[in-house]
Amino acid sequence: MPQIKLDKTPLEMFHKEHGATMVEFAGYSMPLQYQLGIKGEHLHTRSKSGLFDVSHMGQIRLTGVNVLKDLESLVPSDLEGLEVGAMRYTVFTNESGGILDDLIVTRGDGYALLVLNAASKAAGLELLQENLDCEIELMNDSALLALQGPASVKILNELVPGVDKLFFLQSAEFTFLGSPITVSRSGYTGEDGFEVSISTSDVRKFVEILLNDPDVGLVGLGARDALRLEAGLCLYGQDLSKEVTPVEASLSWVISKRRREEGNFPGFELIKEQLVNGIKKCRVGISPIGKAPARGGCEIFADGGRKIGSITSGGYSPTLERPIAMGYVEEAFSKIGTEVLLSVRGKYLPAKVADLPFVSPKYFRK
Amino acid sequence: MSKIYFSKEHEWIEVEDDLGTVGITLYAQEQLGDIVFAEVTKLKEKVLRNDDVAVVESVKAASDIFAPVSGTVIEWNDLLDDAPETLNSDPTKSGWVFKMTIDAPEELQELMDEAAYNKFIEELK
Repeated sequence: MPQIKLDKTPLEMFHKEHGATMVEFAGYSMPLQYQLGIKGEHLHTRSKSGLFDVSHMGQIRLTGVNVLKDLESLVPSDLEGLEVGAMRYTVFTNESGGILDDLIVTRGDGYALLVLNAASKAAGLELLQENLDCEIELMNDSALLALQGPASVKILNELVPGVDKLFFLQSAEFTFLGSPITVSRSGYTGEDGFEVSISTSDVRKFVEILLNDPDVGLVGLGARDALRLEAGLCLYGQDLSKEVTPVEASLSWVISKRRREEGNFPGFELIKEQLVNGIKKCRVGISPIGKAPARGGCEIFADGGRKIGSITSGGYSPTLERPIAMGYVEEAFSKIGTEVLLSVRGKYLPAKVADLPFVSPKYFRK
Repeated sequence: MSKIYFSKEHEWIEVEDDLGTVGITLYAQEQLGDIVFAEVTKLKEKVLRNDDVAVVESVKAASDIFAPVSGTVIEWNDLLDDAPETLNSDPTKSGWVFKMTIDAPEELQELMDEAAYNKFIEELK
C-alpha cells in the first residue's frame, strides 16, 4: 500500500516537542494526547483551561455583497438575520435532506467566515464554488486554536484585551503583535471558551505565551472527543451523515422559522414533511447502566430482541465517571428514560435513553 | 521458584509449576492510557495460545488481553471490577488480570525473558 503523506498543521513540531502522541485524523497528523493523557487533559479543560490546535479544520472566507443570502441556498438556517460578529451553527443539506457537513458561519462586515470539518473541507469548497457567485478563499495561511474552560477568559483577556466583552457565539477582530487575529467565544467542549484564528507565522509565539500560564494545558483530539460527547455535540461522519436529516439528527433548531416557510434550500420538501408529520428515527443520548462503555457501531435492541438502532458515538465520561453515548433509535423509543439493550461483545447490556447534553454547558450567554 | 515470561502482546505471565498469573506490562498500560473498564470474557474456559481472554477499555478504545499460552482460565482479578485503574497504577502486582493452568509448558519457551522483552520494546520506541 502506498504511504499517504499527511498534512501537517503549523504546530506539528510544537506538538512533538511537547510529548504528543501523533495520529492520523482526516488526512492530518494531529495530537491524540500529550503526556498528561486523555483523562487528565479532559478534567483540566473542565476545571481550568485547555489549549487545542484545530488548524486542520477548514477555514473559508467568502467575500461578496449578498454572500449570506447566497449561502442560505445551501443551509436551512437564517443567516441574513445575523448581526455583524454573530455566529451560527448550521448544516449543508443535499437534495434528500441529508447532512453534507456541519459548520459554523460568522457574519463579518462585507464577508462571511466558515469553519468546516477537516474531512469535508474539499467537498465543502467544491459545493461553495459550484453554488455561490462570490470570492471564496480557503484560509491556508491561518491556524485555528481553541482555548476552553473556566479559566480561559481571564487568561486570554490578558493577552488579547477585550475578548472578555464577547458573548457566546460572538466574534471580533483583535490584534496580536500588530497583526490581526479573529477571536470568537465558541468551542466544541460545552465550556466557556474561545477560538482564535491567527496567521500561521504567529501561532507558535501565541501558544507559547499562553502556555506560560500554569492554568493552561495542552489538550489533544482524544479529550476533545470525550468533551464534545459530554456536551452532546455531534461529530460529522459519526453522528451526522448524508443518511440523516437535521430533523432526524435532533437538530431541528437549526432550521429557522423563516426558512421553514420559505424553503429554498436543498431537501426542503422532505425536511418540511418530516417537521410536519414526524420522523421514524432520531438522535438521542444513551446512558449504559453498567460500567462497560458502548462504542460507535454498537447495536441497540428493544426488550425482546428487536433491533431499534445503533450507537454513533460512545465512550467513557471522565467528568461523570461512567460510560455515555449517543445514537439513533426508532422514534417510539426516543423518550428519555426508555429502557433499551446494547449489544457489547455478544452480551446485552441494559441502558436508558438519556437527555443531552450529559454535562451542562457553561456558555457565556448574553 | 517462580519465573516470569513476556509476550509480544505486552503481557507477562508469572509461572509457578503448572499455574500462571497473567497481567499487562508497564509499557502496555502506558500505551493504553487511562483504563476505565475491564472484564473477563473466557472465565473457566479452555483457551489456546493467543485467544482473547479479557477486554480492557481505556478512554481511547477497547483492547483484548490474550492468553500467552494454552490452558484454562481459572481466576479473574475481582479488584479490576471496581478499580480498573489498578491496571495503570500497579499492572505488574496488584493489577494482575487472570490466572490460568498451563497445558503445554513448552509454549513458554517461545515467550521472552525480561531482558529480551526490554530490548523488544526499545525497538518499538
